[in-house]
Amino acid sequence: MNFIPYFIAIPLAVAFIIAIIGKKDKGFSGILAALAAAAGAFISLAAAPSVMANRALVCGLGMARAGLGISMVVDSLSVFMLITVNLVAFMVAVYSIGYMKPCDDRWKFFALFSLMLAGMNGVLIAGDIFNLYVFMEVAAIAGYFLVAFETRAEELEAAFKYAVMGALASIFILLGIAILYSYASTLNMAEMARLFAQVPVGATVKFVGVLFLMGFGLKAALVPFHSWLPYAHSSAPAPVSAMLSGVSIKVLGIYALARIFFNVLGVSPYLSNLLIALAVLSMVVGGILAFGQSDIKRLFAYSSISQIGYIALGLGVGTPFSILGAVFHLMNHSIFKSLLFLNSGAIERMTGTKDLGKIRGIVSRDPVTGYTSLAGALSICGIPPLGGFWSKFVIILACIQAGRPFLALCAALVSILTLAYYFNALTPALFGSPRRDAGGEAGKKSWAMAAPMLVLAALSLITVIMMFPNVSNALLKGAASVLADGKSYADIVIMGGVR
Amino acid sequence: MGNNETRGMTVIVKTITRLTLGFILLYGIYITLNGHVSPGGGFAGGVIIALAFMHIMLAFGKEEALKRLRVSRLRILAGAGALIFLILAVRPCGFIDYSVALPLCEMAVVGFGIFAIFTALVLISKTGKYKED
Amino acid sequence: MSEYMLCLVLFSVGLYCVLRKRNIIKIIIGIGIMDYAANLFFVLIGYRDQGRAPVFAQDQAIRNMVDPLPQAVVLTSIVIGLAMTLLLVAVAIRIYEKYETFDITKINKLKG
Repeated sequence: MNFIPYFIAIPLAVAFIIAIIGKKDKGFSGILAALAAAAGAFISLAAAPSVMANRALVCGLGMARAGLGISMVVDSLSVFMLITVNLVAFMVAVYSIGYMKPCDDRWKFFALFSLMLAGMNGVLIAGDIFNLYVFMEVAAIAGYFLVAFETRAEELEAAFKYAVMGALASIFILLGIAILYSYASTLNMAEMARLFAQVPVGATVKFVGVLFLMGFGLKAALVPFHSWLPYAHSSAPAPVSAMLSGVSIKVLGIYALARIFFNVLGVSPYLSNLLIALAVLSMVVGGILAFGQSDIKRLFAYSSISQIGYIALGLGVGTPFSILGAVFHLMNHSIFKSLLFLNSGAIERMTGTKDLGKIRGIVSRDPVTGYTSLAGALSICGIPPLGGFWSKFVIILACIQAGRPFLALCAALVSILTLAYYFNALTPALFGSPRRDAGGEAGKKSWAMAAPMLVLAALSLITVIMMFPNVSNALLKGAASVLADGKSYADIVIMGGVR
Repeated sequence: MGNNETRGMTVIVKTITRLTLGFILLYGIYITLNGHVSPGGGFAGGVIIALAFMHIMLAFGKEEALKRLRVSRLRILAGAGALIFLILAVRPCGFIDYSVALPLCEMAVVGFGIFAIFTALVLISKTGKYKED
Repeated sequence: MSEYMLCLVLFSVGLYCVLRKRNIIKIIIGIGIMDYAANLFFVLIGYRDQGRAPVFAQDQAIRNMVDPLPQAVVLTSIVIGLAMTLLLVAVAIRIYEKYETFDITKINKLKG
């Protein structure tokens, strides 16, 4: 299918065009970046029906024969995540048109933003394990630059720590790819999957699995590799935090981990147990450390660590139902967390501070920000009938069904903990009367910042639609079955994929 | 980075730089074009060409180097090189010899890009503002 | 076998540098060493006995070539390492302006 390279080509072209003409035309670069993200979302939505029909679309770049050359694969999981990522990126791009107005270097921001989007799209459609690594690096380096964008002291320090730890993770992944190549003598993921399906799990697969778990686990912020996340996500500008926390840790971390573990290496009890252990640690540690945080963005960052633990738990348990819950929770969390971070940016602009002790009465000062924050927080805590409840419910139910009631108990307890710290922190901030000495600019709100928050809040209310049978069969079950039925990836791509 | 840097280095360095600059540029282009048979290619050639400009900057000081190639032009050249690269990759053109065009685009991107970043790092002064001419 | 072991020794030297040194520049050098060690490992995997350079020349047989795929991969990976080093050095210069020190134990304005 010839349109697959356009997922990468359009944001990349927009980034280069912004780099050339951006300095003269200040407002234009933002509109271009938003258009690139919208184009990505549109193409992925348009491609979804044909992916459902054919189960995989393969585009071979320079392929004379199947197996040579670099291939790009769009299957159900990829198209599901492409829709999510591009939609969230579009919202964040529109928001940052409004947020970045006082900044004179806006074109640099939007060029880096488009590069990051191109890298994420590249990771999602990579059919080659080294292609995945290259685009992951493109997205990650663009992310490091974006964290340090306003060059205040805290941002630089956070960017340095994030960059060093990310570099370590990337080098571990490169070592893993090297050992995998020496074992399989091919870099194509489908061919590797076919090879590993016939070979029993030996020491090589275990070693490579641990290396990848270290590398991708750091990108996904699983405990004990999580320490860069509170710094980076709380010091970055608000739209960058939304992109990083809502999209980057899921695509670069969870998606890549799932793709390699389930489809290429073949899931074994050893790796699943490791994943479950790390997931439970993430849920619990993230939840406990979120208590008593006085900075609103740091609170959201620790909450991200906890929710990623949920997704990893769903993936680790491994039954089709739990993978369904994990993928659903992934989509939900992207929408909620980016909504919450965008809100925190609006709150910071409005009150001039990030300290939760000083923020009071957001709902009465600005109803849009207040009510969308409320919707996002309720969804994450898992209050029915908002979307977050359903995904957490599916994960807990799947744990019980798989015969692991202890994990279900942990998940339920952490859910109660989430409710506790969100309402401990946000109730005085949202409700309550505004303080008389509140600073910042009040009253002036641009529609560019308000519209994405409203759209994301509406989306978070209607993601419950995913549980209805028709929609669920179309999108969610297809995405989950790619991972649940891992060994069929090779057959789908090599034999059944439409070229 | 005080006033001493901007006046450059000693006479010996300046003379040798003047003599060898053309050869460095030629060597960079040679490595770019011979990338398919010997080690090299667009990336290595681009780095060597950037080194030529950096040589001017180190030996003569930043004003001389910036007189030769303004920073705004660098940005446009690097971006245009990358854009041409992308267009050639997506839409095949029959009349362009790929084995020459692609390394040249790579060289443009890498060479001018590296020199632009080096210039940016040099121009950062103590006050933290990025000064352009 | 011994060359792979030496690559891993180089890798652990870089890892020690990143973990234990206090100067930012030394940490950046350590990351560079680690990156090159991983690239070297990847290239060495492609070695075949009595192999020659993998260039398609008219008069020589294809049979005795070393594996060209790791070489293409490592070219890309070196560029990625360059971008990473570029970013780290730029951030380090800005950090020096704001904090007046390169010592990483003194750069901790972020709490928690």
